[in-house]
Amino acid sequence: MELVKNSLGRLVPQEVNGKRQIPFKGIGAHKPEGRKWSPPIPSNSDYPKDKRVSSLKEALEKCGIRDGMTIGIHHHFRDGDLVINPLFDLISEMGIKDITFAPTALFPTHEPLINHLESGVIHHIEGSMNGPIGRFCTEGKMRGIGVLRSHGGRWQAIQDGELKIDIGIIPAPAADIMGNANGVQGPSACGPLGFALADATFADKVIVITDNLVPFPCVPWEIPGMLVDYVVEAEKIGIPEKIVSGTTQITKSPTRLLIAQYIAQFIEEAGYLGASFQAGAGGISLAFVQFLAERMKAKGVKAPFARGGSTKFLVDLLNEGLIGYILDGQSFDLDGVKSLRDNPKHISTSPFTSYNYHSKGNFANYVGVSVLGATEVDINFCANVVTHSDGYLLHGIGGWQNTLFADLTILAFPLFRGRIPIVVEEVTTVCAPPELIDVVITERGIAINPKREDLIERMKNSNLPIVKIEDLYHIAKKICGTPEKPKINKEKPVAIIKWVDGTVIDTVFQIIKE
Amino acid sequence: MVSVGRDSKEDIFLKIEKEEGQQHIIEIESSVKNLFGKHIKELILENLKKLDIPPLRIDVKDNGALDFVILARLEAGIKRLFPDLKFKFLPEKSFEDRIQAPKERPRRSRLYVPGNQPDLMINAYLFKPDGIILDLEDSVAPSEKDAALILVRNALMVLDFGQSERMVRINQLPKGLKDLPEILETDGVDCILVPKAERGEDIGQLSLFIKEYLNKIGVVRNIWLMPIIESALGVLKAYEIASSCPEVCSLAFGAEDFTKDIGAQRTREGRESFVARSMLVLGARAAGVPPIDTVFSDVEDMEGLLSSVKEAQALGFEGKGCIHPRQIEVIHKGFKPTEEEFQWALKVKKAYEEAKEKGLGVVALGTKMIDPPVVERALKLIKLAEIYGMKEA
Repeated sequence: MELVKNSLGRLVPQEVNGKRQIPFKGIGAHKPEGRKWSPPIPSNSDYPKDKRVSSLKEALEKCGIRDGMTIGIHHHFRDGDLVINPLFDLISEMGIKDITFAPTALFPTHEPLINHLESGVIHHIEGSMNGPIGRFCTEGKMRGIGVLRSHGGRWQAIQDGELKIDIGIIPAPAADIMGNANGVQGPSACGPLGFALADATFADKVIVITDNLVPFPCVPWEIPGMLVDYVVEAEKIGIPEKIVSGTTQITKSPTRLLIAQYIAQFIEEAGYLGASFQAGAGGISLAFVQFLAERMKAKGVKAPFARGGSTKFLVDLLNEGLIGYILDGQSFDLDGVKSLRDNPKHISTSPFTSYNYHSKGNFANYVGVSVLGATEVDINFCANVVTHSDGYLLHGIGGWQNTLFADLTILAFPLFRGRIPIVVEEVTTVCAPPELIDVVITERGIAINPKREDLIERMKNSNLPIVKIEDLYHIAKKICGTPEKPKINKEKPVAIIKWVDGTVIDTVFQIIKE
Repeated sequence: MVSVGRDSKEDIFLKIEKEEGQQHIIEIESSVKNLFGKHIKELILENLKKLDIPPLRIDVKDNGALDFVILARLEAGIKRLFPDLKFKFLPEKSFEDRIQAPKERPRRSRLYVPGNQPDLMINAYLFKPDGIILDLEDSVAPSEKDAALILVRNALMVLDFGQSERMVRINQLPKGLKDLPEILETDGVDCILVPKAERGEDIGQLSLFIKEYLNKIGVVRNIWLMPIIESALGVLKAYEIASSCPEVCSLAFGAEDFTKDIGAQRTREGRESFVARSMLVLGARAAGVPPIDTVFSDVEDMEGLLSSVKEAQALGFEGKGCIHPRQIEVIHKGFKPTEEEFQWALKVKKAYEEAKEKGLGVVALGTKMIDPPVVERALKLIKLAEIYGMKEA
């Protein structure tokens, strides 16, 4: 396969799964031309008032499912999803193959998809690949090449016609016979359904599946029924306990709490106390919000808004008046779901409003402080979030790339995890160009990107342990030693990493197993 | 067959047995196998080569242990299999010649770290306790004492202690004497904690033993001693213990064993140990040595901890033990001088300096005469305030 170097010097393929690719050119350097993708024009005369069909199989048949089609679905049920595995069992029974599967994310519960990848029902996945599916892909066993995109990147790709969804499937906790649907009512309530809006808007055919059919009108209709072709009733589409993520506990690890304290102190001393912020789930993110809130209270300042993943902790801050609004992409616990339903200042957002780079601005550009994790950061401030240092796909990109555009972007993590250094000489996979990472915060030191001279100046007299990124690299190396480099087959790309503008920022190559 | 180590994070578990074949067989299972599997195997083989032993089979279950841990576990395991074999698998020392640690220094917080748990050792210094104690006594199971001693020795050679004093709590005397050679040879320890101290004579002998041993291995430095009083007899002998030798840098109290010793229950209010703690303060102060209080064992109760620190301070203690990093900040907060105290101390210091300049024998603040011990207290308070970054306006 012919590979070329992109502007970061990374080798990327020019063609993937039969489609031409554009190598990354630099931030904001690629400007698309032409018009957005549009689905065919429908006519009311083809749609009965009651769009229900008797089964998912019938719906798929009516959508004209055939070999080689692309199916999209959202991940709002997370590890409690009960739709995706049976869906592919059904597609397999129907004798369909070579499907391009484009979920917004996958979870451990979706491991059985490996059978359908092996048998050829699924040709390749365009979406996050973690755990066993990530291993399967990295070892070069997938028929096609994986395409990893950020949440905003998925919207961008669908909108730009790079990723054409033939059938969009939308599991919905509440829906009516027209297909109006939301995610906040019913036994499988999961919070926003924003990720499904791209599929609803741009797919040729749209199927809503619900275990909670309500009388017309289903209000609020986050998914408008005028975009929906068929409605299918199912017994159960999600396991509520597993819909909420397991990462909504504040960490008890003293090291992580220390990092969270450093983050809050850094934000205040750098002059960003009272700025809006992005808060995710996961130990350090939850904890820093607590410390930040204490500092906001002490100084009597409020943040105009916070971006979720919403959790109980964020909801509490909203109720205390410390933040003006929660602009929510997904709810990580039931308090988040309830608040979204009941509190008018808790607003559901989609990856379009929040993250799409090919739009006339997005919310991520208006965020003051963004605190994110990473699997690796290198001494040039390039960051990785998808692969492990052993070369295996480990995480999806999620909203990570999109939220790098905040005024102050902080990557925070322990300097090493179980002997594996996180600050390295060169990242295994580049997911972020170096210009966007402002600060790296670890328990053993804080490194400011030399490009942010203003921050370096402002933090000159801080008692925080400010060091050079090279120092962090050397400290980690001294403690952990130098890990072996993975053996990779540079001839065989197994997945590409897209930048938010649809260009290819890096390639994941096949790992040669010993 | 012997086993050693722990199947838990940042540690390594080894099963070692003699192997029938011609060479060593190492089987590695590791959470970081892709990245460090080969390295672990080479590290083990390279060290086995140094020994004259028959072929071994070693089954490794690693959870991201660092090299100093791997070496310690390997050494302990082989010594269990061949008790008469004399050797050491020392890691490379990570520090150069160390300066003499001062006898007088803040010992507000001392963090106990179990001597057989590497995951708690590696980051301890980040929380900035005044002292880090690698514990060989109560937190180590009797069956693991051998492994813990080797691990603590390697940790002293490798780990970053930041600004914290390097402390080791040895086992009760006389058994504790056997812990000393490994610890002293690292030249990485500042202070030895001596549990259940009951006689000044024991501490004097210990001090002599340490001096002679250091002399033998050619190390020139003072190692400070912190006897821990945790029995009725110890309380009654507090002065004798505190004044037993110049190496005693402070006297600590251990409430858990003390209450057991007197047949009482440990309570939150601590009435059962009130008299004993006061007697310890008297004994220590009479000998010119700072007294240090026991640990506060409820790691969730920060308010309780703070009031316990305030109480200890009111009784005359200068420090408190801790068993969880989150307690450190609270303890330091508790011992922080108030602004009023600080201003008072500055005034006293000024008056003292003026008197000295004028050659006056008597220091006066306004119309009040100030005794030398008050001046001393004020100067000490200013020193403490400096640690907190308190500055003269």
